[in-house]
Amino acid sequence: MNLKKRFRAITRIPLGFATVLKQMFQKPVTVQYPEEKRPMTSRFRGRHNLKRYDDGLEKCIGCALCAAACPADAIWVEAAENTNEVRFSPGERYAKTYEINMLRCIFCGYCEDACPTNAIVLEPIEFPTGYTRESMIYTKSQLLESPPINVAATPQQTPAGKYDRAILPFPPVDSSV
Amino acid sequence: MADLINLTIDGVPVGVPKGTLIVDAAKRIGNDIPVFCYHPKLKPVGMCRMCLVEIGTPKVDPATKQIVKDDKGNVVIAWQPKLNTGCTTPVSEGMAVRTKTPVVIEAREDVLEFLLTSHPLDCPICDKGGECPLQNLTLAHGPGVSRFDYADKQHNDKHVPLGELIFLDRERCIQCSRCVRFQDEIADDHVLQFHDRGRGMEIVTFSDPGFDSYFGGNTTDICPVGALTTADFRFKARPWELKSTPSVCGHCAVGCNTSLNTRTNTSTGTLDIKRVMPRQNEQVNEIWLCDKGRFVHHYTRAAERITRPLIRKDGKLQEATWESALQLISDKLNTVPGLRVAGVIGDRVANEDAWLFKRFLTEIVKTPYVAASPALPAAYADIARASGLGVDADFKQLGKGDVIVVVNGDLEEQAPVWFLRLRQAVVDRGAKLIVAHHRSTKMHRYAHVIARYQPGLAAQWVASNPAELQGLKDARNVVMVFGDDTLGPPNARALASGLAAVLREAGQAGKSNSGLLPLYPHGNTQGVYDVVGAGERAQTADVAWLVGVGDAADAPKAGFTIVSELLMTDLAKSADVVLPALSAAERDGTLTSGDRRVQRFYAALPALGEAKPDWWAAQEIAKRMGANWSFPDAAAVFADMAAHVGPYAGLSYAGLAKIEAQWPPVGRDDLYYGGTVYDNMGGVGARTSPGEGPSDAVAPAEPTMEALTRPQPALYRSGELTRLSDVIGKRLV
Repeated sequence: MNLKKRFRAITRIPLGFATVLKQMFQKPVTVQYPEEKRPMTSRFRGRHNLKRYDDGLEKCIGCALCAAACPADAIWVEAAENTNEVRFSPGERYAKTYEINMLRCIFCGYCEDACPTNAIVLEPIEFPTGYTRESMIYTKSQLLESPPINVAATPQQTPAGKYDRAILPFPPVDSSV
Repeated sequence: MADLINLTIDGVPVGVPKGTLIVDAAKRIGNDIPVFCYHPKLKPVGMCRMCLVEIGTPKVDPATKQIVKDDKGNVVIAWQPKLNTGCTTPVSEGMAVRTKTPVVIEAREDVLEFLLTSHPLDCPICDKGGECPLQNLTLAHGPGVSRFDYADKQHNDKHVPLGELIFLDRERCIQCSRCVRFQDEIADDHVLQFHDRGRGMEIVTFSDPGFDSYFGGNTTDICPVGALTTADFRFKARPWELKSTPSVCGHCAVGCNTSLNTRTNTSTGTLDIKRVMPRQNEQVNEIWLCDKGRFVHHYTRAAERITRPLIRKDGKLQEATWESALQLISDKLNTVPGLRVAGVIGDRVANEDAWLFKRFLTEIVKTPYVAASPALPAAYADIARASGLGVDADFKQLGKGDVIVVVNGDLEEQAPVWFLRLRQAVVDRGAKLIVAHHRSTKMHRYAHVIARYQPGLAAQWVASNPAELQGLKDARNVVMVFGDDTLGPPNARALASGLAAVLREAGQAGKSNSGLLPLYPHGNTQGVYDVVGAGERAQTADVAWLVGVGDAADAPKAGFTIVSELLMTDLAKSADVVLPALSAAERDGTLTSGDRRVQRFYAALPALGEAKPDWWAAQEIAKRMGANWSFPDAAAVFADMAAHVGPYAGLSYAGLAKIEAQWPPVGRDDLYYGGTVYDNMGGVGARTSPGEGPSDAVAPAEPTMEALTRPQPALYRSGELTRLSDVIGKRLV
């Protein structure tokens, strides 16, 4: 190695130190997840949320079209029949069991597309994590959003004839979606 | 064939028998003309107008009465000015049909647009969704858009119970009248009717209890929309989520082919039967199934099922391991002389169980005392086989010139699907019906000749050479259906041999469509008697082993009783060892129907608990007692049975699983006749030959009080299995 090259190598060392020193006083890029969360776009496809109507009834009617559309076979639905005394959703049918295996889910959002009542929505809410496989199967109680303030949860007792149909003629546009 | 009529459909020539309808002719060349109201099993009505096609006939010169030809020598077709229904128009010579012209396509779009004006489009919650002819045909032929206001739909009741078994959704109904016509034409229970007119038209039932029919479940199958649903399957699962396993109904002697539709139940963690559907077999049940066969399946997953072996300790039955139960039984059998051991085999168990059990008792234990339960059919099962229908017998061929004789049997209560088929032979195809019974049955409605006798004197009536049974010599075929109602064993045998003698004297014996048709009590009565034969019945024994025995009267008095059962019957409760058995839904096996057809059923559910098939228990104990047996599965047991039991020679599981093309095609890939799981993927089975049997005359005996006071046969008789089904529970007698 000639003298010229040796001289250049020595001068580079302080330059490297200078770069490190400069970065020490800059704002760090790393986010301390999960204590600290970065903002997500409002249309980010995060965890599924089962929606309710304003009167507290569940939008989900247990039709299992989400499960049929799911390319990862992550959704399991078992339906049962509503009565006016014990009513979960409008119409005759509701989801007795609703489970999503978050380990299988690929967050493609096909379930949203398939849903005839806009009941299932992938929202920028907390991302599913867990220590066991069992805990990653989210049940209906975990997925269902809480009812609006001062509105009773399901099942509700409803007057006869008010909730005859599962799919409303013109589904009201939900501005929160 | 000489009577073929030649026509062209969309330019494709086709030759079909005289009287064929255009839609069926088109079906034969793979041209699917869409229909809603038409069903190949029902008479055409032309109500839905979906099958409109252009029809033309060769032009005839009025002056010369000659068919007009053009310059090139082609026949000139005179097209009818308007579209016509293909489902009500029979073909004629030289007819031309166009099914794909713009005017036909427009007509289909218009009909669908009209049908959908009042259809609720709640497919997401509809049980028919996914196997719905209206969905399929809307996708295939629908207009895509509707000019009608969505908000202007007719709103009707969506939850109308037609009885406790069937629910009606009035909004979904498209008024095709398939259900009304099925009840009128096939079941002959006139319990459904149209009420009101126009958009207010609705299906009503006016029987009490509502929809009072043994065949109501079939209307939900043939309903082209989700208007009729069963209480049992409502919202249980979507059709595409279900796994379908071929099976055979074992609740009467008909042996209807079924499909068990299963899905996991998360609350129990196991597979459940969600519904039982008919499987098409034109030789047996066509596409029908009675409501008992459809709804009685709940016992397969009942909490009352025995799941582990039980051994009596300190006077109480306590759960034990198979190892200890098998050891206890083999130790016991080793210490007792063979002559003090008795085995009784119930007529619900599969052929494999009956065979290996009988072989175990005769070869290993060396006891002559192997008998079948109930005891009554043993009196005539050999005669019924030897004088039974021929191997190629087909109820469909019965018609004009044939005679059907029903003696002492109630077809609808004892063999409902045979009732449907024999009734059609009489009413639709002109067979002569002679009914002899001590009380009135539904079959009396269609009888040309009715004979009556005192209860219990059926055999005496036949032996008296009655006038009603004269003239059978001139008949093309004679089918003789008989039952053992109010008869004791001697008289039941006398009745069977008397009827067999009448057949022989009339020269009808040996014809393929002539013979006896016994109304056995259960699904494998013939099979168990084929294996066991007359059997020897022990009154007392040191060790008694009862396999699927329902009647305590058939059990010998024994110091040590072993019971193989599904449920804790009275016999099981008093047993010393109870072995858990598998239901037909959980194992492979075969059943032999009353007309000697051997049919396979397949395992649809995993075994419940530690339950095992009965043949497995017999083999395990045989091994412990020194036998060198190794039957790995039911197929091997059946092969062994086929090698030893005469009528079953040559049969194998592979042969029984053979599929035959069924006509009319109403299977799964068909868009408009079913949409359900009619397609037969499990094999059509095979009928065994009648073989040789006794032909000696048996003199009738005096009727006994025990036989006269027996409960009369009823389809919904309350029993160990039926009472576990909530749906039909309310109708049990």
